[in-house]
Amino acid sequence: MTQQLLIAPLLLPFALAIALMFAWFHIRYQRVISIVGSVASLGLAIWLFGRVWQGGIISLQAGGWAAPYGITLVADTLAVTMVLLTAIVGLAVSLFASGSMINQRLRYGFFPIFHLLLMGLNGAFLAGDIFNLYVWFEVMIISSFVLLTLGGEKAQLEGAVKYFTLNFLASIIFLTALAVLYGLTGTLNMADLSVKIALIEQRSLVDVCALIFFVGFGIKAAVFPLYFWLPASYHTPPPAVAAVFGGLLTKVGVYAMMRVFTLMFTRDPFIENMLLVVAFFTLFSGALGAMTRNNIVKVFSWLIICHIGFMLAGLAMYSELALAGAVFYMIHDIIVKANLFMLAGVTNKITGTNKLQMMGGLYANYPKISLLMAIPLFSLVGIPPLSGFWPKLSLILGGIEQGHWPLVAMILLASFATLYVIARVWAEAFWKKQPEFERPAGFRYFGDYPVLKRVLMLLPIGLLALVSLYIAFGAVHIQTLAQRIAAELLHPEAYIEAVLGSTKELMP
Amino acid sequence: MEILLAIMIGVLYAAGIYMMFRRSLVKLIIGIILLGNGANLLIFLLGRLVKGKPPIIAEGSKYLSEAYADPVPQALILTAIVISFGLQAFAIVLIKRTYKVVKTEDLDQINTFDEFE
Repeated sequence: MTQQLLIAPLLLPFALAIALMFAWFHIRYQRVISIVGSVASLGLAIWLFGRVWQGGIISLQAGGWAAPYGITLVADTLAVTMVLLTAIVGLAVSLFASGSMINQRLRYGFFPIFHLLLMGLNGAFLAGDIFNLYVWFEVMIISSFVLLTLGGEKAQLEGAVKYFTLNFLASIIFLTALAVLYGLTGTLNMADLSVKIALIEQRSLVDVCALIFFVGFGIKAAVFPLYFWLPASYHTPPPAVAAVFGGLLTKVGVYAMMRVFTLMFTRDPFIENMLLVVAFFTLFSGALGAMTRNNIVKVFSWLIICHIGFMLAGLAMYSELALAGAVFYMIHDIIVKANLFMLAGVTNKITGTNKLQMMGGLYANYPKISLLMAIPLFSLVGIPPLSGFWPKLSLILGGIEQGHWPLVAMILLASFATLYVIARVWAEAFWKKQPEFERPAGFRYFGDYPVLKRVLMLLPIGLLALVSLYIAFGAVHIQTLAQRIAAELLHPEAYIEAVLGSTKELMP
Repeated sequence: MEILLAIMIGVLYAAGIYMMFRRSLVKLIIGIILLGNGANLLIFLLGRLVKGKPPIIAEGSKYLSEAYADPVPQALILTAIVISFGLQAFAIVLIKRTYKVVKTEDLDQINTFDEFE
């Protein structure tokens, strides 16, 4: 019975999207359905997480077709953790969009498409078949294209052209890699691939295949030097959309890399060196970009790139400690980054601008809100004991253990760069007196919104800030979780057995 | 046949990438379409070409006894074609809207909001 319910995280958002489409012209109903549905998704995700935490990996063979011939859904600890994080961010963004988004945009169908995006995300996390992963990636990106262009402003369309081109290109490269992989092994089931790739004798072909996968996922995860679409597009959509994108979309790329480079491609020096170098330069270029931008949303966009480097560094070092650090960082990063983009949405509504020079006076005018916003900002920096500190500790210890000194130095430098950037944002936007400038006519300031809307905008920031605080002060729990995930990733035998185990005796 | 297909896939990839490097929006989309078709053919080719051997089990036997054409690549290609069809439809509407709003199809001009701010 539990096995069959594995498909519920896919069906629930799908049913929600359909229900929301029936309420197309009734925005008020859409808000209620979306929020209630997101709470239900969260409940479901918590339940699923509990089952996997206690009972181990669950797999579902769709239609009863035994692996590796059918489509498999697998929920291991990493997958259910990601589903849980998706549900948390989904609920927060549902609330935030209900409060902040203007009715015209909602009337174009923001909520139904948003839930389809969440379905794509859940599907990508639960897929146990690499082609199925491709299909869920497509579900996800086509929803994200629509969300990005919703409203059709000039800036959005310009950003969308770049976002569309590079993401579509990434899909084609992913497909090319799939073709090569299928030609090499004749299977698409990830557990089966794990067994079969190890048996291939032409290692150079396997390396080429791994490289094509890396480029495909690298574009989606925005790693050096494939990240240019991200800062060109993430500042254009409304803040609620940017929050989902910034929190979850790039992390799917990282998740896919974690799967592929632990389960399928065993380590050799070639792959390891490539990951190390790319992680180093991702940290470096992201930090440089964030330091030189003056638009608060662009600063956060560049910080996404910089922090992808931390996760990649953990994956590159490939020890249990470092991998646990990478997973911990991902958990922390998804919550904080989604929160930052919502925060930028609120500061925009308070000050009327995204430019740091023009902002100011937030702390003087809204001291309580500013203190609330300080939590995600300083969590990101990782001032102990806030949530960014603990994973970096694991990453640096892991790096020292294996003697990756340049990478350790770069992790420290990138952390200082983040500190500098956030301190600048704090000084410019919160402490400085706001300079006088021509206010855009007809702009709706935060104070003009009714109380309910204001609460709906601040509630999700508070909710995610609470989660961040839990990650910080309950770091033991998260560390236990991250270590368990890292152990599962490094020893995929349990995963393979959960997928293939029952079918071994059926094979002729 | 394999050689011919391999050459054709190479040409499709090369032409697609060349078109993507041009500055026109329309050529960009054409490039993407060519690349997508190249990828589909690549799956087809790497799934091994077997002529005239449909994967149908003869009456009375339980397994396929001889070499057969693998049906999986065709299922994959069909899925990929449907997906890329949807994406291409979206892309064409996107460039039409972009052209109307930005009033140019030169990619170098489409970065009004990209300067250092």
